Amino acid sequence: MTRRAVVAAIAAIALVTVSPVIRGQQGFRRAPGAVYDVDFQGKKSGPAPRRDISGIWEFANGGAEGIQADGAKAMPSDGKPDHELPFTPEGRKAFMDHKPTFGITQVPSALTNDPMPGCDPQGFPRIVLHNAHTEQIIQTATQVVILYQFNKKWRAIWTDGRKLPSNPEVPEWDIKGSPPPEARFWGYSVGRWVDDYTFVADSNGFDDRSWLDNAGRPHSDALHVIETYHRVDADHLEKTITIDDPKYYTRPWVALDKLPYRLQSASFEIPEQECVPSETAKYNELFANPAANGKP
Amino acid sequence: MRRPLLAVATCVTLLSSALAAHHATAVFDLGKRLTLTGTVTEWFWANPHCLLRFDVKNDNGETTHWVAETQAPPNMIPFGWAKQSFAVGDQVKVTLEPVKNGQPLGRILQVLLPDGKTLVAGAPAIPAGETRP
Repeated sequence: MTRRAVVAAIAAIALVTVSPVIRGQQGFRRAPGAVYDVDFQGKKSGPAPRRDISGIWEFANGGAEGIQADGAKAMPSDGKPDHELPFTPEGRKAFMDHKPTFGITQVPSALTNDPMPGCDPQGFPRIVLHNAHTEQIIQTATQVVILYQFNKKWRAIWTDGRKLPSNPEVPEWDIKGSPPPEARFWGYSVGRWVDDYTFVADSNGFDDRSWLDNAGRPHSDALHVIETYHRVDADHLEKTITIDDPKYYTRPWVALDKLPYRLQSASFEIPEQECVPSETAKYNELFANPAANGKP
Repeated sequence: MRRPLLAVATCVTLLSSALAAHHATAVFDLGKRLTLTGTVTEWFWANPHCLLRFDVKNDNGETTHWVAETQAPPNMIPFGWAKQSFAVGDQVKVTLEPVKNGQPLGRILQVLLPDGKTLVAGAPAIPAGETRP
């Protein structure tokens, strides 16, 4: 055997040895009991039901699809020119003031000012742009309600015809009823069917404490989020999220672009995943702080 | 042999790039591997990361207290990990990626259990309350 052959053989063995570990870390992740498109190869889904996006929805291509560590899936913070956001000067300043632990402006964890590690609410839309997991959608006569796995959060999107508060700083609904709550992590949301298979929601009323994603993308209190849910067929739903924030961005930009979800069994149970301050404190004491600064 | 070698090298490079893309940040000594045999002192099944604490004795009888992390429980369960995976006193063989600064800390890649089974770490999710890789 030549020297090159020996080297090639050793490299091949090393690859075989290490690849399961790499696959395990990078690869497809199945939530217990969940089904994915890979389970239905060659099978065609039935027709989409009319005006119905209800059900328990998991990412069609595996449970890790929603992690978005480096920022919003359709616009990650990776330095590529296509992913450069259209910041206004004010927006760029806010972005540079943020110290994320991922993306092109990342800092060591000890220096971050990300509100999430302390278990502050991630708010909307970060709940779908970072660490997103299974969602359950419930439709009532007047609302579309979305239940999120992460921290067991939920949002109600009004579908009774009301309009968004025109001035979120002094919010009022244009119909009778209770006044809007004092928003700020989750905003106010209204939605409508634009056709029998497409539901669009608009949200405003956010303050600027929360981040848009894990890469520190900021939003101002002028943030307006457009969510589009397209029921593709009986088993699939696509979600698109558009960020419209004229204070911080010169034009709207798409953060999620037709991200596919797959309908789960009605008996599927959404796992519990909580941010627990006391557990976070223990983790920081035992691991994060000594890993960052070298002191046990 | 040039082509096979090139193909293998390309595969390794691509896989390494994919791994690094999710773990580009600072604290871990990316690509470095340590395999340690020790005794479990605690299995902390929690957010934002589970922690396996174990003691490793060297040839001189000196003990080092290691702390190794995994992702959060919902991200580990799909790969067969559980709250009951370890008991205090278990003898385990841990393969991990250590931190850069020399502290006895690392990220678990896999663990050989006393019964001969191996647990492999899961996908690199960002668990509750945690944004650091």
